[in-house]
Amino acid sequence: MTTSIDMVLIVDLVLLTLLCLTALAIMLVRHLFAVVALTGAFSLLSAGLLVTLDAVDVAFTEAAVGAGISTVLMLGTLALTRRREARSPKLSPIGLIIIFFTGATLIYATPDMPKFGAADSPGLVHIVPSYIEGSENDIAVPNIVTAILASYRGYDTLGEVAVIFTAGMGVIILLGRRREDEYGYSEESAAFPLRSLASDDETGKDKS
Amino acid sequence: MFIGATAALLVAMALVLYRAFAGPTLFDRVLSANSFGTKIVLLIGLLGFLTDRPEFLDIALLYALVNFIGTIAILKFFRYRNMGLSSEEIASREDEG
Repeated sequence: MTTSIDMVLIVDLVLLTLLCLTALAIMLVRHLFAVVALTGAFSLLSAGLLVTLDAVDVAFTEAAVGAGISTVLMLGTLALTRRREARSPKLSPIGLIIIFFTGATLIYATPDMPKFGAADSPGLVHIVPSYIEGSENDIAVPNIVTAILASYRGYDTLGEVAVIFTAGMGVIILLGRRREDEYGYSEESAAFPLRSLASDDETGKDKS
Repeated sequence: MFIGATAALLVAMALVLYRAFAGPTLFDRVLSANSFGTKIVLLIGLLGFLTDRPEFLDIALLYALVNFIGTIAILKFFRYRNMGLSSEEIASREDEG
């Protein structure tokens, strides 16, 4: 069992090293498609690290958003711009100082955090025990996670759902225009200024 | 056995990353991006076995599906130079080509 724990530690170390190397490579490479490929690799690496931390759901979100959707969006942007990054004039020393200061502060703060998985970490002693003891009588749902999400934090979940619904509506309004044209009710576009703006942009792109 | 496989996989990941960084042609980079995703999927499966929780295999399968979508997007970008074409536009470009 000890050897397997050591192996997970080695995997962690190698993944973190590769993560640093990938970040450096993203900074150095001028070819933008390579940068897109490397950012995909970066988010897959951080997803692997999250899996070793037992946060499988977070890791999956990272992989789906970072490696899946972001790659698609970056490539869509790349189709509209040039392939190579323009050379920036020079390194600004102020930015470098700010970055190193922030990093040093974060590293300085890290030892104060509770140990990974510790039972007495502040997040677990405040209200979680009452959730665990009371959920069966309060909510009468056998799954504690479901009880917390749907009842103890019901308004929070409602707010999250509203945010996601709004984001989805925004995406549909922005991107769904072409699909509506195919069905033949584009005459309504006068009633939707946003949509006519988008179509102006479209004609401008066709000319160029 | 799982330890040896994990070590070999980590070496392979480093090599693939080097190819994505240095790769002279675009297709080296496409292939390296795709095979890096595959290696992460394998690594998650192996991590499950290393920590005696083979149910990680299901999660690895989900990752494989996401990786597939990314590769399709990259290939579509190279074929059409555009991500927002409708099916009719794709058909007309196929005719031209």
